Amino acid sequence: MEKVALKDSSYQLKRAKILNIKKLTDKEKFFEIALMDRDYLDHEPGQFIMISLLGIGEVPISICSSPTRRDSFDICVRAVGKVTNKLHKLKTGDEVGIRGPYGKGFPVRILEGNDLLIIAGGLGLAPLRSLITYVLDNRRDFGKVHILFGCKEPKEILFSDEMKKWSERTDLHYACTVDRADPEWAGNVGVITTLIPGVDIEPSRTFAAVVGPPVMYNFVIKELLAKGIPERQILLSFERHMKCGNGKCGRCQIQNLYCCQDGPVFNYEKIKYLSEAF
Amino acid sequence: MQHHTSYVILKKERFDDFISSLSRMQKLVAPVAKGFNNYSFEEVHSAKNIALKYIPTILPAKKFFMPQRETLLEYRVSKHVKAEAVVEYEKMTIFGLHTCDLAGIQCLNMVFSERPKDYNYLTRKNKITLIGLECNEYCDEYASCHLVNASFPSGGYDLFFTDLGDYFIVHVNTLTGERILDITNCFEKSSEANLNELYRMREKKRKIFSNEIPIKSRHIPELFDRSFRSLVWKELDERCLACGNCTNVCPTCYCFDIKEEVDLSLMHGIRYRVWDSCQLEPFAKISGGINFRKERSARQRHRYYRKFRYPIDKFSRFFCTGCGRCTRTCMAGISLKETLNELLKESEDRLWRRWL
Ligand SMILES: Cc1cc2nc3c(=O)[nH]c(=O)nc-3n(C[C@H](O)[C@H](O)[C@H](O)COP(=O)(O)OP(=O)(O)OC[C@H]3O[C@@H](n4cnc5c(N)ncnc54)[C@H](O)[C@@H]3O)c2cc1C
Ligand code: SF4
Ligand code: SF4
Ligand code: FES
Repeated sequence: MEKVALKDSSYQLKRAKILNIKKLTDKEKFFEIALMDRDYLDHEPGQFIMISLLGIGEVPISICSSPTRRDSFDICVRAVGKVTNKLHKLKTGDEVGIRGPYGKGFPVRILEGNDLLIIAGGLGLAPLRSLITYVLDNRRDFGKVHILFGCKEPKEILFSDEMKKWSERTDLHYACTVDRADPEWAGNVGVITTLIPGVDIEPSRTFAAVVGPPVMYNFVIKELLAKGIPERQILLSFERHMKCGNGKCGRCQIQNLYCCQDGPVFNYEKIKYLSEAF
Repeated sequence: MQHHTSYVILKKERFDDFISSLSRMQKLVAPVAKGFNNYSFEEVHSAKNIALKYIPTILPAKKFFMPQRETLLEYRVSKHVKAEAVVEYEKMTIFGLHTCDLAGIQCLNMVFSERPKDYNYLTRKNKITLIGLECNEYCDEYASCHLVNASFPSGGYDLFFTDLGDYFIVHVNTLTGERILDITNCFEKSSEANLNELYRMREKKRKIFSNEIPIKSRHIPELFDRSFRSLVWKELDERCLACGNCTNVCPTCYCFDIKEEVDLSLMHGIRYRVWDSCQLEPFAKISGGINFRKERSARQRHRYYRKFRYPIDKFSRFFCTGCGRCTRTCMAGISLKETLNELLKESEDRLWRRWL
């Protein structure tokens, strides 16, 4: 048996350094990361990377910053298990391994010139933040922009500083809701679907971008269709287990589609027939 | 010098010499009898260890192309990320591959050549020489190679042997094949008569290899289009043990898991991949405990669709080679031919009902 180095391997890691860490909630942390060796990630909004902690493992995480910023990128990680808990223990200056970016993100070239209805449930805001910040950095290329955010409780709200800024802008419409209020909460209470009917849109020129937990999709899609948004203009991002990111290991398959390569962002028309999607 | 694609013959009395000389060139692997009608691809040095008449080996030749466990990355555990992607390979010749197994390798070639290319697989593939061996009759009743167009040779080998009694007729398909002829020096020119004998054998074979399941292969994708909600899957739900054997022995199953291992010094580690199976319960589970293929019926259906429906759009071929391994190995007695027959029967019933 011979063993040689494999330069072209898609499993080769790029070195990256953590520049900045912020605690967002009890479970989520924000990381700003830069590739070393003068490398750029060059992603599109909605794509993901594989992050490696050597000796522990590798997990898929959405990129949550806009590609308009090239020198570094952001991720937002919920601590749920082995790798993500260890990530939470890292400090500024620590290194991680990166592969990717992978998958098909939001088709920004197609979205340009149209209105956007962005609907985020909980941690679904992470991939959508890459789209939102891209749109805000290129604000003139897009029409009306609506952002709806929903989560279980006020203490789960991610990026509350940024949300405050969004809510103060006059060139976008922002609304937020929680399933259960706490004493300080002055906003909306109710599931995210309750926000949709009130949004004033022109369906034929509106694209909806939806990311959230699987249960959310069926209900949100129903509301969007009721609003008259064409199926082709409803964009959804799916989460499946991922191991390779290369369309090989089979973990992320939704019937005949590979979430890691054909997705994670799909338009509803393409995926609506697939019973394993919802 | 031989022409690039041509036929030669090897007299049976020279077969020993050929095998010995082949095994001197590089590691030689061939089917070996393991008792109780079981066979395995193993290293051999002489012809007497080779089972020339054999039913498909327990594990397919996949094990050499995509080892059950394979290192992808080596690293030092330190503050800095220092990792190197690696590939382990071994030069070898595999002698005696049936057409179904060659078809299986062709399937894997397509998957791993697709972008992003898998250089671990491709590097290893380039080091393996393939010599086929024709089945003149069915291996056993579990085989359904003809249905999926894998009963006759269609490339994917360096040399291909057909037993014609006193001698083998050998198709030379590549330069590597020609090189083997030169080095082993056991072959003779073929004559018109030899070729005619081959055609006669194939004619006979065409009559034996027929009608395994009463459907034309070009209609199979359509059958599956109609069968997603079939009751046949429900039946499998009650029988399947979810052990994953059927996928482990399949020459075209390639799903894998990626794992990590750090040595005892906690200094060095490797990242490696191991075979995984869509038949195991956690395979399609995601965070929050949601499982998109919770039922065994959904997992069995997924297996069949990955053989007969999904790859048609992507690769224009079936990912079943009809080798019959899944059926032979299944402790629950789930049979691929039976499942196909039942899908067909149910589909016909439904069609009838529409006409009545
Ligand atoms: C395309 C994509 C984008 C994602 N983006 C983000 C993100 O921006 N932020 C974030 O916090 N999380 C994201 N995730 C989920 C994240 O990958 C999992 O939380 C992570 O893999 C868990 O790894 P662990 O080792 O910490 O947990 P484990 O100890 O492995 O398991 C803990 C839990 O995570 C689930 N899980 C394990 N491995 C995976 C996997 N490969 N994919 C999905 N779930 C898994 C398990 O089912 C279990 O419920 C994303 C997942 C995908 C597929
Ligand atoms: S070998 Fe048989 S019992 Fe085991 S998973 Fe496959 S079909 Fe089910
Ligand atoms: S599905 Fe069964 S018969 Fe078909 S190639 Fe795989 S093991 Fe062989
Ligand atoms: S993550 Fe391996 S196939 Fe998609």
